[in-house]
Amino acid sequence: MTIAAYIKQNKPILNVYFTAGYPELGDTGRTVLALQREGVQMIEVGMPYSDPMADGETIQNSSAHAIKNGMTIELLFSQLSEIKSEVNIPLVFMGYLNQWMQFGKEKFLIEAKKAGIGALIIPDLPLDVYETEYKELVEKHGLSMSFLITPNTSNERIKKAAKLSSAFLYVVSQSSITGTSAGVSMEQLAYFKRINDLSLEIPRLIGFGISDAESFNQACQYADGAIIGSAFIKALQRDNLEPSISTFIKSILETSR
Amino acid sequence: MTFQPTDQGFYGEYGGAFVPEMLHANVEELRQNYLKFSETEEFKKEFQSLLKDYVGRPTPLYFAKRLTEKYGSKIYLKREDLCHTGAHKVNNTIGQILLAEKLGKKRIIAETGAGQHGVATATVCALKGLQCIVYMGEHDIKRQAPNVSRMKMLGAEVRPALSGSKTLKDATNEAIRDWINNPNDTFYIIGSVVGPHPYPDMVARFQSVISEEIKWQLQEHEGRENPDMVIACVGGGSNAAGAFYHFMEDERVKLVAAEAAGLGVDSGKSAATSLLGTNGILHGSRTLLMQTADGQVIEPYSVSAGLDYPGIGPLHAHLITSGRAKSYPITDDEALESVLEVSRLEGIIPALETAHAFSVLNKIEHHKDQVIVVNLSGRGDKDLNTYIEHFNF
Repeated sequence: MTIAAYIKQNKPILNVYFTAGYPELGDTGRTVLALQREGVQMIEVGMPYSDPMADGETIQNSSAHAIKNGMTIELLFSQLSEIKSEVNIPLVFMGYLNQWMQFGKEKFLIEAKKAGIGALIIPDLPLDVYETEYKELVEKHGLSMSFLITPNTSNERIKKAAKLSSAFLYVVSQSSITGTSAGVSMEQLAYFKRINDLSLEIPRLIGFGISDAESFNQACQYADGAIIGSAFIKALQRDNLEPSISTFIKSILETSR
Repeated sequence: MTFQPTDQGFYGEYGGAFVPEMLHANVEELRQNYLKFSETEEFKKEFQSLLKDYVGRPTPLYFAKRLTEKYGSKIYLKREDLCHTGAHKVNNTIGQILLAEKLGKKRIIAETGAGQHGVATATVCALKGLQCIVYMGEHDIKRQAPNVSRMKMLGAEVRPALSGSKTLKDATNEAIRDWINNPNDTFYIIGSVVGPHPYPDMVARFQSVISEEIKWQLQEHEGRENPDMVIACVGGGSNAAGAFYHFMEDERVKLVAAEAAGLGVDSGKSAATSLLGTNGILHGSRTLLMQTADGQVIEPYSVSAGLDYPGIGPLHAHLITSGRAKSYPITDDEALESVLEVSRLEGIIPALETAHAFSVLNKIEHHKDQVIVVNLSGRGDKDLNTYIEHFNF
């Protein structure tokens, strides 16, 4: 089943972002399995980057920490390969274009696929560059893409991003960096409605500023699900990893169902 | 060979606009408008009048007699240090503030390393009565204290960047983040020929007044427009872009970029990007970048806060990799020696950044018919603390 079909079938989707190799280098696999056990339907694995332009302070800090721990893309792929047989929900890779370039354009796709990754989110990969330089390769290796749209994205451009996205469309809830505010405003609701009116085929997940059950539930009314990142990173407890994950996910899902 | 960017901002394989969607609308707005506005007669008139009456242009092209005697080439200094605020940076901030006004932006943000661009931005914001926020690495705030005070005097808010090595790269990250959070009312005045297209081209154009003046000034001095060599320091590369601009197409003019080697190119404490860098993406532009095999950006080092940047403008990446320009790595110690030499021989205390350009004079061959222009990009007042410490005055 494609990720897009999976989302349609299992919505509303709770997609949780975490930084690989954080809090400890070896926590990547544990975190994926704990999230799956708690009923999260999709996981966004963040490959830490030194200069994460589209991320806020929380993710920049967890990323710097993970890089210091010794996180590399190669290690991430091997950590994910180790638990691959136990993972039965989609894994999405989130990272920056420079990392992909340095790892090797095609090698990256081959290794990502082997590690069980189904889709990629590369926030600084422009739509037109993707179309001309990357699309064919991504499709050849059977991976999906998710592109971002924001309240400042024109309808025409939303349609283009939707067309090029094969997993889901990443709806940035506000023109803002991850993790800076909570709740859903009237302005945002108008924006979600504008997207709904475009009757796009591709499923949509709302991200940025989704931090608790209330904002998650609200987002789910306007999309096929939502993505929680910074709030989850903040909730992680180094010496109490699985219980802290369990407590946080329960706080989102138990009040939702 | 052409050194003008394509419509999408590519200089050969370098450049472009690799920005997250959150910045797309802003960058696109600028791309569509920067030439439209800056090429109008009204804009040019206002720009030129401010450069003349406010900045104090044209800056002199000064024949450096004693340096000439020492080295044997005919050495001219382009006195950008005499610009209002003490460096070439203000040429660009004047241009960009006029553009910000045309676009109706009310809030100005900037990044700064040595503080020269921060001061130049705070200055034009005061001039235009616009709110100004400058991001500066915490480490640079300490080593460039006088410029921090100047920005505050001018009414700007200086916000420390606390991540990474707490220098220019990190200040740029914070400024970009601010822009993402405030996409509608904010104009980001980038201080160098870096960042997503159209910034590298826009900044190079505003700085190109430097080489435009050199041409007619050299004609007056030497009876010819083109020197044999132009030397400028390169961090991101804005003063070099301005000094090279009108000579790029004429292969007879040697273009020389002085890069900060820090404690030495192979010391692990360096910012010599063209030698240590590989193709990558930094701050929205494909360029030469100091990075690990895994694509993580390496923290640069230089005694000079204006040169310790892990990348280089895409124009310079193109000029250097194509062989059109040559880069020389200059160590901290070499630059500091040049500071003293220029001070004692010409009575001019240069900025630490600029001193790197002078150090190149020790690394090239000289002969009496060779005309060299060194771009004296800024004055050394801001570096007095470093100088006092180093020379034990």
